[in-house]
Amino acid sequence: MTDLVEQDVAAVTPSPASSTPPKSRLRGEAFARRLRARHAAERRFRLAGAAAVALAALILVLLLGSIVAKGASAFLEARIRLEVTLDPAEVADRNYNGLLRRALYAHFPQVTDRAGRRVLNDLLSSGAPYELEAMVAKDPALVGTTQTVWVRADDQIDQLVKGGYRRDLPESERGLSDAKVAAADALLASGALAQGFNTTLFTAGDSREPEQAGIGGAIVGSLLTLLVTMALSVPVGISAAVYLEEFAPKNRWTDLIEVNINNLAAVPSIIFGLLGLAVFLGFFGMPRSAPLVGGLVMALMTLPVIIIASRVALKAVPPSIREAALGIGASPLQTVLHHVLPLAMPGILTGTIIGMARALGETAPLLMIGMVAFIVDIPHGLTDSATVLPVQIYMWADSPERAFTERTSAAILILLGVLILLNGAAVILRKIFERRW
Amino acid sequence: MQLTLLALILALLTVIGFLIGRSRAASSVGGRVAELHSVPSYHGVYVALWAGLPALLLFVAWTASEGWLAMQLVLSALPDRLTTGDGQSVGLLKADILNLAHGIATGREADPLVAEAARRYAAFRDLADWSLLAVVASLAVAGLAWGRHRIGPDLRARPAVERVVRVALVVCSLVAILTTVGIVLSLLFEALRFFTVVSPLDFLFGTHWSPQTAMRADQVGSSGSFGAIPLFAGTLLITVIAMLVAVPVGLMAAIYMSEYAGRGVRTWLKPALEILAGIPTVVYGFFAALTMAPFVRSVGEALGLDVSSESALAAGIVMGVMIIPFVSSLSDDVINAVPQSLRDGSYGLGATKSETIRQVVLPAALPGIVAAVMLAVSRAIGETMIVTMASGLTANMTANPLQAVTTVTTQIATLLVGDQEFDSPKTLSAFGLGLVLFLVTLCLNMVALRVVRTYREKYD
Repeated sequence: MTDLVEQDVAAVTPSPASSTPPKSRLRGEAFARRLRARHAAERRFRLAGAAAVALAALILVLLLGSIVAKGASAFLEARIRLEVTLDPAEVADRNYNGLLRRALYAHFPQVTDRAGRRVLNDLLSSGAPYELEAMVAKDPALVGTTQTVWVRADDQIDQLVKGGYRRDLPESERGLSDAKVAAADALLASGALAQGFNTTLFTAGDSREPEQAGIGGAIVGSLLTLLVTMALSVPVGISAAVYLEEFAPKNRWTDLIEVNINNLAAVPSIIFGLLGLAVFLGFFGMPRSAPLVGGLVMALMTLPVIIIASRVALKAVPPSIREAALGIGASPLQTVLHHVLPLAMPGILTGTIIGMARALGETAPLLMIGMVAFIVDIPHGLTDSATVLPVQIYMWADSPERAFTERTSAAILILLGVLILLNGAAVILRKIFERRW
Repeated sequence: MQLTLLALILALLTVIGFLIGRSRAASSVGGRVAELHSVPSYHGVYVALWAGLPALLLFVAWTASEGWLAMQLVLSALPDRLTTGDGQSVGLLKADILNLAHGIATGREADPLVAEAARRYAAFRDLADWSLLAVVASLAVAGLAWGRHRIGPDLRARPAVERVVRVALVVCSLVAILTTVGIVLSLLFEALRFFTVVSPLDFLFGTHWSPQTAMRADQVGSSGSFGAIPLFAGTLLITVIAMLVAVPVGLMAAIYMSEYAGRGVRTWLKPALEILAGIPTVVYGFFAALTMAPFVRSVGEALGLDVSSESALAAGIVMGVMIIPFVSSLSDDVINAVPQSLRDGSYGLGATKSETIRQVVLPAALPGIVAAVMLAVSRAIGETMIVTMASGLTANMTANPLQAVTTVTTQIATLLVGDQEFDSPKTLSAFGLGLVLFLVTLCLNMVALRVVRTYREKYD
């Protein structure tokens, strides 16, 4: 400080002794060097920030890219065209398998030995006879006629068509026999083996055979679970928020509730699963694997999210609205129900959608309450055994078959699509109804 | 069946109650509504509440106790030789009765006495369901009649309705408290049962974890070993790796977004980070197991290292990625809360932007950032799916990130997945782990939330 003052004094006092002006510290070589170094540090710092953002974006692209690359092909499935003669005697015997095989052998008149035919049998999915049976059940008039049907191929053939197996590898390393490859190639060449849109993926339940497995059951399970979650957590959450924000006196008790809710929002989700297991299954004896229990657990989990979002939305409504309503004689409850809540609704809705999106993607607590079971049937009620989409993804991810990896990725794509839609809806809602008082 | 019918009846009676109440209120003053204390619709709600609420409460209480009551009745009729014994055999008996009553095959020949008990149980439940239907429906009708009787010009319907609504609001806000109480009680209760078998000291400080208990007493290794230190070490290792990824990247991203990025860039970056935050953890787990782990392994092998196929490194990196948006959005808030005057003061003294950030903004925001990191750590500790899918199950005590480790959450998930008896120490140990997990994350969250709160108040 004193140094500066002395300099300043020296600067303003004309000194007859020195003819040259006093050398400014801002023009020295050392200063320029320091400044360069500081600016370089500035650039480096800025670059580091940009790099961090770029890295995050890169990982996002990588993650989505790898999943799209793995999963896109699952939306197609390989089917084999067969001319099936629906012989009444065989239909009466329900020997659909035999009918299909006979039709398949017609593509290969040169194959007559048992070993060769066994190879051919393996081209068809083990679910193909059921497809035929369902077709006949739907239209009994078909019996006795010859029909052109496209039935599902085995998952290995499906993968072969999609390029999952390398033809240039020797048989032992490829994991698929040369005979099957040759048979599939013959069918491909004649146009009897082709890919079509994979409806199985969307309609079927789980299966041990990849080509018959779908996420239909999991989607229904997710919907049922989400329904329970929404029916419980939305009214309770909004009511709790209204009470805490509008009516609760400020005292230790409400402080405790507030701290408690904030903490609850940060409790690991698996703990909620333990709660569900001990209380809902152990104490109340509710059924395992049921969407009802899953929905209850999810409701408890999303409750803090909804309460916090609703409180923020309620807080944003200016006090003048309340005062005006009270001033013309509305009761406190009428004030809230008729004026404050409708104005806060967009914000509450946004928070609710985000909470639901979170519940839709949650897996861990549902593992605890047994929603991780192998369930073929599509659930019909809240107490049926069911699984949900994320858990289905978890189970498929464990399966070694290449075709399951593909389906897992496809299921993830569908899940992500739904989540992005939900979050997008929340963002759009916020944009439309955003209001500054 | 009865349940649906009952719900329909109740809903119908409530609606009827509303309509009756409203019209009766108006007719009681000859259509001059202004003479009423409350507007007619409040009278409607008043009657509807009388019709619906007591019946609903009775219904809830009844269904909550019915199964238990029926079981007690049935058990008391059974000879003592079946019902006395340790908790496990009685539990088994109860399960048998329930299964038989619901027509589920138990897989073994049922004791005729048990079969009879099951038949009685089913009959009792059926009877109880129908009588419940009758009782609840008549209670609803009685409530409706009483409410209707009360209606008159002097009835203060609005305050009465509002009292009920306010009580309902309070009850809703108590659900959050009840959840916490439920978590604490269920964890404590089951963990205490676990600690009667395994000493807490052995659990917390033991270094050998192998929860597999044999089915027969004479099998080798019949008593599982429950030393949880390897799990804690594994959790710590993965958390440290995750933080090494998430904190620098997340913090730098937050700084860039709040201090450098223009409005245009920001409007694109924020949603992108939100997408990253909205991706379900099972997707990250899939990514970790099928993309990151092979990648880490092949890189490691190219460098001549011995990498396990389920390395802690892969799981940790992906978990770090998952937490990046969490850290960055929390830090972003904190950095934005630092008053502009501090920055302006620094610029006025000639500091560059980065100097201002490093020497003024970050120190001012430090408590908040520390709290954000603590919340992130608590998140990492509690994360389940990534580690379950991408890290191993073997309880290794190692600080080598290239080896497979297991974590607390992985063990909880694997111990409790599938059908197990509820009483074995193996199953109960999951609750012991859950208790530790809950307490640790609770402490982290409490401290962090408090810091954030006081910090926010400081600059507000």
